[in-house]
Amino acid sequence: MSTPFVESVLAGAILSGTPVLFATLGEVVEERSGIVNLGMEGIMLIGAVVGFASTVHSGQAAVGLLAGAAAGAAMNMLFAYMVITQRANQLATGLAMMFGGVGLSALIGADYIGSRIGGLNPVPVPFLSALPWLGPLFRADVLVYLAVPTAVGVWWLLFRTRWGLDVRAVGENPTAAFAAGVSPMRVQYQALFLAGFLGGLAGAHLSVGIAKTWAEWMTAGRGFIAVALVIFSRWHPLRAIVGALIFGGAIALQLQLQARGAPVSPFLLDMLPYLLSLVVLLVWGGIRRHAAPASLGRVFQGSE
Amino acid sequence: MRHRGAALLIVALFALAGAGWPARTAAAPPRLLVGILHVGSMTDGGYNQAHAEGARFMQRNVPGVELIEVENVPEGADAERVMESMIQRGARFIIPASFGYLDPGLNVARRHPEVKFMHPGGFKRAENFGTYWASTQDAFYLMGIAAGRTTKTNRAGFVVALPISFFLANVNAFHLGARSVNPRFETRVVFTGTFLDPGKEATAANALLDQGVDVMGVIVDSPITVVQVAERRGAYSVGYHYVGLQRFAPKGWISGIAFNWGPLYVRFAKAVMDGTWKNEALFGSLASDYLVVAPFGKAVSSATVRQVNAAKQAFISGQLRAFQGPIRDNRGQLRVPEGQILTDADFGRMDWFVEGIVGQPR
Repeated sequence: MSTPFVESVLAGAILSGTPVLFATLGEVVEERSGIVNLGMEGIMLIGAVVGFASTVHSGQAAVGLLAGAAAGAAMNMLFAYMVITQRANQLATGLAMMFGGVGLSALIGADYIGSRIGGLNPVPVPFLSALPWLGPLFRADVLVYLAVPTAVGVWWLLFRTRWGLDVRAVGENPTAAFAAGVSPMRVQYQALFLAGFLGGLAGAHLSVGIAKTWAEWMTAGRGFIAVALVIFSRWHPLRAIVGALIFGGAIALQLQLQARGAPVSPFLLDMLPYLLSLVVLLVWGGIRRHAAPASLGRVFQGSE
Repeated sequence: MRHRGAALLIVALFALAGAGWPARTAAAPPRLLVGILHVGSMTDGGYNQAHAEGARFMQRNVPGVELIEVENVPEGADAERVMESMIQRGARFIIPASFGYLDPGLNVARRHPEVKFMHPGGFKRAENFGTYWASTQDAFYLMGIAAGRTTKTNRAGFVVALPISFFLANVNAFHLGARSVNPRFETRVVFTGTFLDPGKEATAANALLDQGVDVMGVIVDSPITVVQVAERRGAYSVGYHYVGLQRFAPKGWISGIAFNWGPLYVRFAKAVMDGTWKNEALFGSLASDYLVVAPFGKAVSSATVRQVNAAKQAFISGQLRAFQGPIRDNRGQLRVPEGQILTDADFGRMDWFVEGIVGQPR
């Protein structure tokens, strides 16, 4: 009658972890190009509300997801214009984008609260979905299946392509990259477009795939978790998979423990995801290797 | 309830509300301008929608009443500013419709003795500031009876925001009602730690459904997510706050407890208009017209409906009590001795779960 513990936790972990992973991958790309975006929360919210509204109007989850991703990209282009072209302070602009995203998404979403959608539903893989323990991995929606391939794709893009080399070069030393014939501004705009796209997709997955509702500020801090997970994964797309799974797993685990009547205070269990993050940071913190892009957060003033 | 929502939005709403205002000057001035503040969205399918539809009902049914409604007002100084601006625009009756507007509302009431206030759930009053709410435990007991007779797995799950005493009392009453018709009934509770996180609420509902519960209850801001998850996985659901929640669970709907504020707001408005308004502390029950049992879903048998209605009459006549001793908590401690009865005064201090509930109340 009840689902085995491991399967339940795994199912919850991958579902909770997927939007966080997409947002983290976006932030990895962005920070690799030398730009910190604290506004990821706002981008996710815009993706969530546009994704939900588009699903309501079109009746198609795929349309909603693409619209949400496009809206996230558009929102990040505004941020890009501020910090790249206008050379505004990245931290202050990011926070402004965050609050702006909260307000704007609430305004857009006001008419959609309480709307019903079919949403993005699980597509079980025959045979594999019946596997013990690993079954839940094959009873998920399309975006869950795409999450790890996307992480691998971002890794390939950053570390195996000419464009990725340019992005990393700009993130390390825009002046040197410029001297080598790379336009830091162009590369950063491209990186931020991709980051916004992934962040918007993350938000749309939350509203169209997981909750199938729109609620004001429904990301509830996941955009900030993504920023933290970038540091946790040391700016590496593949380690981001681990980070997102640990975070999603901790949420799923604490809710599962409650549902199973574990004799622990719900207040303590609620701290679990963050305690676990601290422990992992502590362990990984021992490995001190060059990780952060050297010019992260600095404004490229151009070189004439 | 707590606040969320950005200052930006409030400014935007103000601008919108203000922009629509001059249309009134053409018509005769209203006899009563009513201001109502909502902490969340008016279409949340829950707490706020119940208040919003009550206000709409009042506007339709009392000639001469006009409304100023503002959504997503943070609790605190922002709420005071919104109320002050409503008064400046001529509001003479204000409903600050969230628990957290109690102190801001009292502050504004002190500065404007000519304006009347009614606050839901408040525990403080003033000359021009009354309160209203209803005891929900008997109604949750009725939901328990319906769930206990409809379930196939003898298990219910509750997704609850935080372990607040009145929420614990609601879940306890539900469980006692279910046990009264189904001695093997078990209720499992998961706290999400927040009033609004649909992603987490969906995960919590799934965790409970994984445990074989086939009845889902929910006490968070907007019940829509949890009820939809239950419906998709073929479970039953029990609603709270808003009477129209059923459309999110056409197959698995059992029933719900809903606040029907309309008739009460009509009485408030009429009393303010004819000068008979008093700073009451109203506390309703199943006998009141503003606490109602929502229509039953097709999952519920007619025998069950009859039993629930009979129990409702027994509550109203005082023959039936939800918390009648002996009651043990889920750690085996005797909480209500034989012959004793817990009442509303005891619910505010409740920090335990009844025997048969799986969950940690602290």
